Amino acid sequence: MTENRNVTTQPGRAETQADPARQVVLMPPVDVLEDAEGITLIADLPGVNKEGLSVRVNANTLTIEGEARIEMPAELAPLYVEVRSVRYQRSFTLNRDLDTNKIEAELKHGVLKLFLPKHDATKPRRIEIRAG
Amino acid sequence: MFDLLRFPGDLLAEYDRLHRELDHLFGSTPAAIRATTRGAFPAINIGSTPQTVEIYAFLPGVDPAQLDVSVERGLLTISGERRNDWTSDEKRAIHARERFTGQFKRTFSLPEDVDQNQVEAHYRDGILRIVAAKLEASLPRRIEIK
Repeated sequence: MTENRNVTTQPGRAETQADPARQVVLMPPVDVLEDAEGITLIADLPGVNKEGLSVRVNANTLTIEGEARIEMPAELAPLYVEVRSVRYQRSFTLNRDLDTNKIEAELKHGVLKLFLPKHDATKPRRIEIRAG
Repeated sequence: MFDLLRFPGDLLAEYDRLHRELDHLFGSTPAAIRATTRGAFPAINIGSTPQTVEIYAFLPGVDPAQLDVSVERGLLTISGERRNDWTSDEKRAIHARERFTGQFKRTFSLPEDVDQNQVEAHYRDGILRIVAAKLEASLPRRIEIK
């Protein structure tokens, strides 16, 4: 699995838009692990719940999109800001050995955990040696 | 929706912009793939209403029982630990490891008009929201004209 940077990073472009707060998309940090069974992808998406999350596979591109839904009083005025957007997006290119029909997703405390299993045929097998 | 984010170009935004432009010029650096401010966990937004000061700490994947929020002499401290959700072993290849793990602590001073005895904290969907009520004496009052 490789990251598809072209899709996710368009530096500078967002800045030229009229309303940067609407355009800025945060790239969530991820852990990506692989074992014989498949690939596990863990992404930090604080503030995102089930309703605000979308995980899509198009051809061999996996796209994670999320919108944080944070309860805030209407009259809140900013004093200090480090996180300037509520939108997350990141894309990855998937290898063909992954079975995209069997992706499992779990979201808890703002952390998305995806499991992308490998096709049975591509899993390493132990070849039994029969005594002649 | 996110009023906190509609900030006129301040220093931090300028720095972010500069960083992104440099990334664009030289290709992506590791720092470009981090969603939060570099070096600080948790990232924090602070805002105020006429009655309260609200702190939002972006703390995904932390067990609320592992979180500690304290107020002392006007200083608010958020500390705790984020454990790794997975263990590394030989059978596993690690392709990316960007998420923060380990102990964290952030301290900042609350505005003077905050009542230290009225601070509440809630954790939901990975965001810790701390609401501190302002002292009654500092609330805006309507002066009656006699």
